[in-house]
Amino acid sequence: MSVPVLEITNLHKRFGDVEVLKGIDLTMQRGDVVSLIGSSGSGKTTLLRCVNLLEDYEEGIVAVAGEQIGYRQQNGRRVRLREREIARQRAMTGMTFQHFNLFPHMSAIRNVMLGLVRTRKMPKDEAYATAETWLDRVGMKDRKDHFPGQLSGGQQQRVAIARAIAMNPELMLFDEVTSALDPELVSEVLAVVKGLAADGMTMLLVTHEMQFAHDVSDRVVFMQDGRIGEEGPPDTLFHNPKSERLAAFLKSSKF
Amino acid sequence: MDYDFNFAAVWRNFDLLLSGLGLGLVLALVSIAIGCVIGLFTAFGMLSKHRLLRWAAHGYVSAIRNTPILVLILFTFFALPQLGLRLGKIESFIVTLAVYSGAYLTEVFRSGLVALPPGLREAGLTIGLTELGTKVRITIPIMFRNVLPALGNNFISLFKDTSLAAAIAVPELTFHARKINVETFRVIETWLVASLMYVFACAIIAALLRRVERHLAIPG
Ligand SMILES: Nc1ncnc2c1ncn2[C@@H]1O[C@H](COP(=O)(O)OP(=O)(O)OP(=O)(O)O)[C@@H](O)[C@H]1O
Ligand SMILES: [Mg+2]
Repeated sequence: MSVPVLEITNLHKRFGDVEVLKGIDLTMQRGDVVSLIGSSGSGKTTLLRCVNLLEDYEEGIVAVAGEQIGYRQQNGRRVRLREREIARQRAMTGMTFQHFNLFPHMSAIRNVMLGLVRTRKMPKDEAYATAETWLDRVGMKDRKDHFPGQLSGGQQQRVAIARAIAMNPELMLFDEVTSALDPELVSEVLAVVKGLAADGMTMLLVTHEMQFAHDVSDRVVFMQDGRIGEEGPPDTLFHNPKSERLAAFLKSSKF
Repeated sequence: MDYDFNFAAVWRNFDLLLSGLGLGLVLALVSIAIGCVIGLFTAFGMLSKHRLLRWAAHGYVSAIRNTPILVLILFTFFALPQLGLRLGKIESFIVTLAVYSGAYLTEVFRSGLVALPPGLREAGLTIGLTELGTKVRITIPIMFRNVLPALGNNFISLFKDTSLAAAIAVPELTFHARKINVETFRVIETWLVASLMYVFACAIIAALLRRVERHLAIPG
């Protein structure tokens, strides 16, 4: 088997005295789509943020494409990588946020171009063309010169997806792409994500949209108090939950 | 009371007043430019995770803000040469005003930085920018636009503070006005004209700043 795109081994994460991730193991192969579900505070966001080192982790290994993220082993000790190395590693994954986090002082296309020019060192015209292609792909080409403040939430999130995916990452991380959106804007964004999944993009996504998780995922992971409670194909997990907790959670999510 | 206004003596020296006004503007501009750089570094110092840096930044800001500016001007001009640092009066004044404005701008920039949503920095990091890259491309440009009105107010009050340079004989507007006053005894006329020149200059600066603000405003 080839090197997994993501391999998480015994990941632990603490905020002060509180252990939020208590030993997570998760492996994803190229093209896998994995959804993280679970109740609020179970550690879904934190898990995503450890994958691109927006949060440091204390124990365990997060590896993307075979490379440990954030640390290296030296004489049996964990040493944090240098800033430049970490920046390079972060660009191996793309991420979208619940609240989009577009750069408000740049037009949509500039938002997408920034990483291409600064991180990928693409010439400006090539970056422009690439950005335009991706904006077209998410249905935002005709608004490419609009600023984030001039776009709806759904449009902003689609630009944010284009910004992440244009970097050609190994792995995409989506944190609740639709939870800040008005109900009528949800489907346009989910359609984009589904399209990317169909194209074979490797994706790890946190969602409260159970139907969407069911439709798009190869595997669903139920997080429970910082651990993986249950994991499996969507049909099994949603229709034959093994644990009381998952059954109760699914019921409360009106699936 | 009847007083015969006679502006002839003032008009005769009007070019001096104008050149003084011009010098004041240049002094304020150069000082605030340097002050911005100082303020930016100190603001990051205040928000640093290193205690020593935070400490130094706070020390600088409170020392400057708790000293009258006239005392700072006199100290730089008269005391520093005794310590072996010899500066011309204009340079000396610019140093003072830059260090002075730096302390006030630190507060402006610091509050501008903490007001930014943390997600902007994180979004920058996720596309592979370094911490410095996110500052240069994202946080500083946005913060700068947000604090532009406060920056403008600082510039105007700094410009008015240039009148204190008269204390060390820098030939700006107040200095020339005092000289004309002494030489012509046209006290009311001289100070009236000088005051109006400050007022007009400030009004023009304010109008220009509003245009810049509109030009740089983030759409939407
Ligand atoms: N920066 C932080 N400092 C301290 N505690 C934190 C921090 N971020 C998250 N936590 C805590 O870690 C736990 C897990 O949070 P996390 O955001 O990962 O949950 P989640 O599963 O994404 O929840 P939600 O569905 O509400 O988004 C929570 O108890 C939260 O309070
Ligand atoms: Mg979350």
